Amino acid sequence: MADNVKPRVKVPSKASAGEVVTLKTLISHPMESGQRKDKDGNLIPRSIINRFTCEFNGAMVIDVTLEPSISTNPYFEFDAKVDASGDFKFTWYDDDGSVYEDAKSIEVA
Amino acid sequence: MTLRLRTTTFVAAAALCAGLAPALAEPADAELVINDEVTIKTVAPAAEHLKGHLDTVYSGWLFREDETRAMEMDDFDNPNMVFAEQAMEVWSTPEGTENKSCADCHGAIEEGMMGVRAKMPKINAAGDLWSLENYVNDCRTNRMGAEAWKWNSQDMKNMTVAISVQSRGMPVAVEIDGPAQSHWEKGKEMYYTRYGQLELSCANCHEDNYGNFIRADHLSQGQVAGFPVYRLKDANIVSIHQRFVGCIRDTRAETFAAGSQEFIDLELYVASRGYGLDIEGAGVRP
Repeated sequence: MADNVKPRVKVPSKASAGEVVTLKTLISHPMESGQRKDKDGNLIPRSIINRFTCEFNGAMVIDVTLEPSISTNPYFEFDAKVDASGDFKFTWYDDDGSVYEDAKSIEVA
Repeated sequence: MTLRLRTTTFVAAAALCAGLAPALAEPADAELVINDEVTIKTVAPAAEHLKGHLDTVYSGWLFREDETRAMEMDDFDNPNMVFAEQAMEVWSTPEGTENKSCADCHGAIEEGMMGVRAKMPKINAAGDLWSLENYVNDCRTNRMGAEAWKWNSQDMKNMTVAISVQSRGMPVAVEIDGPAQSHWEKGKEMYYTRYGQLELSCANCHEDNYGNFIRADHLSQGQVAGFPVYRLKDANIVSIHQRFVGCIRDTRAETFAAGSQEFIDLELYVASRGYGLDIEGAGVRP
């Protein structure tokens, strides 16, 4: 597992029914591209987050494939329409098989 | 800059710097409020010692693009905070032969380090002028029995960001009289000395030409209250001395080393030019 991997998400705690809310996510990760070489000229192996998903009450909101050119600490900002209270579940998939998760609930008045 | 700003939510105000020549781009007329909570003073009347040089001091934040400014207004968007969080973990991790952590002596960083950054650089107990980095390393080597961090190492920059956040919104409070005065005088002399093949002093850019383009970017007044800053082009934190090295290198001179007494003196003088401004607690710059 890459060092210092820590997911963070920002979701409004309240919304009105049918409102479009903005979600922000950030995960600290080196996103080593696999193209760089170390001091001795050896290739540094690729180590990136290759997939990111967000689900709301089990329904997929966004499903992203990440490629090696994405920079350190990938940041996503996207909108979702919420009709009812529930939980946003965020999942990041690492090249090495690690899965990082975070969740935030939202209350719809 | 005026044209660009008119197309956005920020309103450009020509009146803000009526004293400047018309060809100059004005600093943005925007208010820096972080997390909708802390208001940072980014414009202030210049200190008494700047009389005849500057009338008003502006944070570098005001000279940046809308998007860059917005990043600093929300900690979630401010890339410094990822690094600050890493330093928070180091803060409470015991290290060295004494097996002590920062927290063992200083307690919670929020309390122990409150206001510290605003007073840096500062005369130490032995009468020497030290920057924040010197104090961090003094703790590490003498109190913790750990290895000193290099001035511009990631560990050091992470820690100085985490410490700077605890002075967010506090006014610059460096002392320039008493034992610090000779250092301040030296720093001032450096500021107005032309260096390098291009024969440029700090003042030539940051006093005579702030607001003007330097290649594709706007010159700021070179205030350091926002430092350490996250620079988007480096995708990393930049320390004050690292910035000094960059400037002097750009004059095509041999630079002083980061952490040298020359730079600590200059840091004190430049900090004092920012009297009236608030510590930003880790700015974001392009």
